[in-house]
Amino acid sequence: MSILDTVKFDAEGFMTDPKAWTKEIAEAIAAREGMTLTERHWVVINFARNFFQKGGESPTPRNITKNTDVSTKELYELFPGGPGKLVAKVSGLGKPHGCI
Amino acid sequence: MTELPAIKKGTRKLSIIASKGSLDMAYPVLILANAARMAGIETHVFFTFWGLDIVNKKKMNKLNVAMVGNPSMHPMFHIPTWIGAIPGMVWLGTWMMRREIAKLDFPPVGEFMEMLVDAGAHLYGCKMSMDMMKLTKADLIDGAEVLGAMEFMEISEGGQIIFV
Repeated sequence: MSILDTVKFDAEGFMTDPKAWTKEIAEAIAAREGMTLTERHWVVINFARNFFQKGGESPTPRNITKNTDVSTKELYELFPGGPGKLVAKVSGLGKPHGCI
Repeated sequence: MTELPAIKKGTRKLSIIASKGSLDMAYPVLILANAARMAGIETHVFFTFWGLDIVNKKKMNKLNVAMVGNPSMHPMFHIPTWIGAIPGMVWLGTWMMRREIAKLDFPPVGEFMEMLVDAGAHLYGCKMSMDMMKLTKADLIDGAEVLGAMEFMEISEGGQIIFV
């Protein structure tokens, strides 16, 4: 039994309740997406969680690269399947709506 | 475990052909290519004819908005076409559009192109257009390649194509 069995997702794989998110869930979602989380992933995830808490929105890649020391290049290396969606998925947030 | 639709990783591919070099034709290319990379889609952009200006290091930050013969200018900026022919209006229209773009936090063309390279988008200058304009790979942004139309067709096989 996986920790994800108890978590609710929408049809695209985003968590429906950001408040239910835990670090263990993040690790499990990452594993499902083929990633192992490192310290650098957590810089991005922690920023995403804070960004959501402040504004109620998921950050876009540009929000992340402008406000952390993670560059565009590194962000794509950390989330090779596309940071636009993957950061939000692993951080337990909804799909970001910004275009950049 | 909650059933999820199969994740189609790496199966989607997008090719964009950029054939126009005005500021208002460059941004759709940049935004679409970037959005594709954000979503993890394999992305190729082929810059041909006037579109080469977007990938040309010396020109990318000097793109203008075409004022005459651009029907969209009227609703957005309320500028009738005949005013566009007055000297200085191209500069003014370009300045206005750059300001509006910056307000939305979209970077200038040069910075946007670097971001695309860093995001892993593949950028190509059209060989035939480059020969015509006497350009070499050194004129293109670092990370871009020179490519023939036929090779672009091979790269695009099986993907979706957008012509701008």
